[in-house]
Amino acid sequence: MIARLRMIGRSGLNVLQVFGRSGAFVAQSLIGVPNLKRALPLFIRQLYAVGVLSLPIIVVSGLFIGMVLSLQGYTILVDYGSEQAVGQMLALSLVRELGPVVTALLFAGRAGSSLTAEIGLMKATEQITSLEMLGIDPLRYVIAPRLLAGFFAMPLLVMIFNVVGVWGGYLVAVDWLGVYDGSFWSNMQNSTDFYSDVMNGVIKSIVFAFAVSWIAVFQGFDSVPTSEGIGRATTKTVVYSSLAVLGLDFILTAVMFGDF
Amino acid sequence: MRKRKDDMADQVDNIVEVRGLSFMRGDRVIFENASFDFPRGKITAIMGPSGTGKTTLLRLISGQIKPDAGTILVNGQNVPELTRNELYEMRRTMGMLFQSGALFTDRTVYENVAFPLREHTNLPEAMIRDIVLMKLQAVGLRGARNLMPSELSGGMTRRAALARTIALDPDMIMYDEPFAGQDPIAMGVLMELIKLLNQALSLTSLVVSHDIHETASIADKLYVISEGKVIGEGAPKELMNSESPLVRQFMQGLPDGPVPFHYPAQDFEDDMLGGES
Repeated sequence: MIARLRMIGRSGLNVLQVFGRSGAFVAQSLIGVPNLKRALPLFIRQLYAVGVLSLPIIVVSGLFIGMVLSLQGYTILVDYGSEQAVGQMLALSLVRELGPVVTALLFAGRAGSSLTAEIGLMKATEQITSLEMLGIDPLRYVIAPRLLAGFFAMPLLVMIFNVVGVWGGYLVAVDWLGVYDGSFWSNMQNSTDFYSDVMNGVIKSIVFAFAVSWIAVFQGFDSVPTSEGIGRATTKTVVYSSLAVLGLDFILTAVMFGDF
Repeated sequence: MRKRKDDMADQVDNIVEVRGLSFMRGDRVIFENASFDFPRGKITAIMGPSGTGKTTLLRLISGQIKPDAGTILVNGQNVPELTRNELYEMRRTMGMLFQSGALFTDRTVYENVAFPLREHTNLPEAMIRDIVLMKLQAVGLRGARNLMPSELSGGMTRRAALARTIALDPDMIMYDEPFAGQDPIAMGVLMELIKLLNQALSLTSLVVSHDIHETASIADKLYVISEGKVIGEGAPKELMNSESPLVRQFMQGLPDGPVPFHYPAQDFEDDMLGGES
């Protein structure tokens, strides 16, 4: 009994230690005045790596999710003669929930795992230590640009996902199933509020961006520098990020839309 | 008066002084009250059996890890007491050559050598080019400047990393197993480079190595460490004829001695007749 309690206590302390370490890690990476001349090219390169290179998967997923949503919505709504409301259903589902959540999950799988593997490999091949020995802080040189690129890229990817999703839904509902396009757009515009729907979705995407990027870079930096260690860190990034996104989504939705 | 003058002449100027160093990894003692002196301008080698803490010593000197007790003075500064910024400032005066080379894999050889110059100086690109080509010429890789690290052999990788290490003209270079896994030609080239650079650039070199004869041929001073303690110290010739059986076993590469050939086990005869695996 005592041994079990001790084990639980030790696990709790370990979890707290990881949180403390990762908090200090982000603070040391981001607090301070950056040298813009040197930091900007690094940031742009990472923005390309995590943002632009994630575009194909985001665009294709957004398109298909919009199409499926429209198709499913239509088959349900048509029984009640309300198929004209498919635009409203599509937009609200995308901007409030699916856009930020699915983009964050895809981002964790595509960019997050890649960040973890890249940083883990830099550690395994002593490139991180080599930077330290050259008098360059790897937290400022390697970690900060990747973190910031993640923060900036994901909200933009969410917006692109939403736009492409709406277009995919339009193709199915209007061009294929024959919903009148005037009511498709007008229902969408009348029911979607900029602040309570669109902005709340953007806020969600910023929170998810912070969580996923933080988890990804920390797991890479904290990984055991072996092939097995890097593999485990990459898996942890995807699993922890997905769970964090889904958990945070529930909390944020309750705060934003729960009218208790 | 004359005696005092002689005493001063006898005093060696040490770039690194380690006193009372203790360091544990978990429950395992790596160093226990160990002391080292690394004289300025000389090549000092640290040798000892595997897992005895040679690389750990380099990491302690460069401030990558902190000791449990003791002082590590580098140019008079106590490394464990330095702040993060002071530590990075100090590291600009020292270089480290890693066993793997640790070149940045997404940059060419030229870009790797230019990297510290671009990060730490505001020199114009033309001057950076001149310095990079001089450093690459010194290690014999001027013609390989456009190659990527993946296109280099093991020896070339270490030479390119050496060029990057000397780019900022450090006071001291630490070599971590520079000869490991090298063919005789590459080993000869690296030995010659360590010796030449030490003289030409007035450097101080700390070499961690297992290769006794190669290291002894270039080192001015040797340390042999084992089980957290310094068991031998002095000029290579002195240590070759040391009275300590452990030092002699290590220096002469004897298969059996204080470090036994056999891993501890039960009696051979009992084991054979016992029939258990």
